[in-house]
Amino acid sequence: MEAIQTVGLTKYYGKARGIVGLDLQVEQGEYFGFIGPNGAGKSTTIRTLLGLISPSSGSAQVLGLDVRKDKEAILARVGYLPSEAAFWSGMKVREVLRLSAELRKADCAAEAERLCQRLQLDQTRKVDELSFGNRKKVAIVCALQSCPELLILDEPTGGLDPLMQHEFFDILRERNEAGATIFLSSHVLSEIQRNCRRAAVIREGRVIACDRVEALAKTNAKRITVRGRIDLEGLEDVRDLTVRENGLSFLYGGEIKPLLRRLAEGEVEDFSAAEPDLEEIFLHYYEKGGEEA
Amino acid sequence: MTIVKHELRQSRLPFWIWTGAIGFMLAVCIFLFPEMKNQMDELNEAFASMGSFTAAFGMDRLNFGTLLGYYAIECGNVLGLGGAFFAALCAAGSLSKEERDRTAEFLLTHPISRRRVVSEKLLAVLAQVTALNVVIYLLALASIAIVGEEIPWKVVNLLHLAYYLCQLALAGICFGISAFARKGSVGIGLGVAILAYMLNLLSNITDSVKFLKYVTPFGWCDGAEIVEKGCLDGGKLAVGAALCAAGILLAYWHYTKKDIHCA
Repeated sequence: MEAIQTVGLTKYYGKARGIVGLDLQVEQGEYFGFIGPNGAGKSTTIRTLLGLISPSSGSAQVLGLDVRKDKEAILARVGYLPSEAAFWSGMKVREVLRLSAELRKADCAAEAERLCQRLQLDQTRKVDELSFGNRKKVAIVCALQSCPELLILDEPTGGLDPLMQHEFFDILRERNEAGATIFLSSHVLSEIQRNCRRAAVIREGRVIACDRVEALAKTNAKRITVRGRIDLEGLEDVRDLTVRENGLSFLYGGEIKPLLRRLAEGEVEDFSAAEPDLEEIFLHYYEKGGEEA
Repeated sequence: MTIVKHELRQSRLPFWIWTGAIGFMLAVCIFLFPEMKNQMDELNEAFASMGSFTAAFGMDRLNFGTLLGYYAIECGNVLGLGGAFFAALCAAGSLSKEERDRTAEFLLTHPISRRRVVSEKLLAVLAQVTALNVVIYLLALASIAIVGEEIPWKVVNLLHLAYYLCQLALAGICFGISAFARKGSVGIGLGVAILAYMLNLLSNITDSVKFLKYVTPFGWCDGAEIVEKGCLDGGKLAVGAALCAAGILLAYWHYTKKDIHCA
């Protein structure tokens, strides 16, 4: 059974596009990445899965349950970490954690204590006094303390220092090894690359690629760096062009022969063709034509 | 009942501020009565010369020299307006504040149905309005006893009941609005309460808009009418109950299917 399955999931806010015809499959026990730039539709997808917003059309199932009909049953088995955690003013961390547990009708005190120790979160402090990162920790504990089957994490590391990020991903890895499915939405590629086995790339509300992370990182495009001058006019699939005083650099996804001809015709002192780094591939997916990568 | 408890805990401070302010004002008014009673001839003369202002507050039909008349007018001004503001603010913010303060995302991603959220929030509003009225009622009775006046039980009970029901009706209407609003709940609450109060004053001044008494929940809280008739107007109460029920049903209908604004 899939932990998450969407078929043609579409959400419009009036005339504004949220997500369009989204097809997604996440297996149970998977550590799945969901990548996309701001406004691509990541949060819209997540909020639809959690029943905060209703889809305009299409269907979505979480843990085999319909997001429209079985909202409470789904939420009982899902832990959610929002990108920006907001709590009620005046409450202490301990009270927020207890409220979250009570809303789940569960006694999570022992697990909450363990998580707070690992994340170095002081439960006696008021949430209003906490930094953004510490508020994030409160949200993390709320999402994890009931040991849910599925964890949906929206930009989870914003505000966390590197040590805490490391500890957080250690906890996620342990949960995943214990059988939990993890759906990690992020625009930080390194997070996805380090932790996820599979990932989907979303752009302008549509999934444009979904594969194993290693497969996604493979592309025909090369980073070409030239010392000297060449004419790029008419060359196909040239992106991310940077012109410097003594040369230029660009991503090239076209055929190699026309490029070699231009290099031969130009005033080239030196050149290199390298595999683009992951950030560049990420940009490649976001630009027009990314589907063909 | 987790949300009810949470709501009541969150609203402790505003609840006690409003209860304290209304209770204090009402007690002060009652404590002033013995002194006012001695100057009643001059006061009645002064009120008689104020024209429609006197009619607006029903002072043309009540004797300010008796505790009954004095209390009916003062109670109307202090508990009527203060209680209405509290009930309207409390209800108007009840659902909308979660989206305004961005706590809706946290609350509604727990395994709890929207219907239960609405029900528990409604219960919390009801509990607060009821608690405020009970405290004010007891405080008023104690104040009357302290100044040595005999308690006009029937009228006092009817007046307090009328204002309590008025507050519930306003709360129901504002609760309905709260399901739609994301921001500006304070303005909406105050606006609805003031509008309802002003409509009643207008209907007291001129007979041509007497029908407004059926539109505003303050219509059944007319102290002079309650003192004269010794009962509440069932027709007006029925309209108020219908408005209240409509507001609540609207809240259920809309909140259970609306898209929650998170950013």
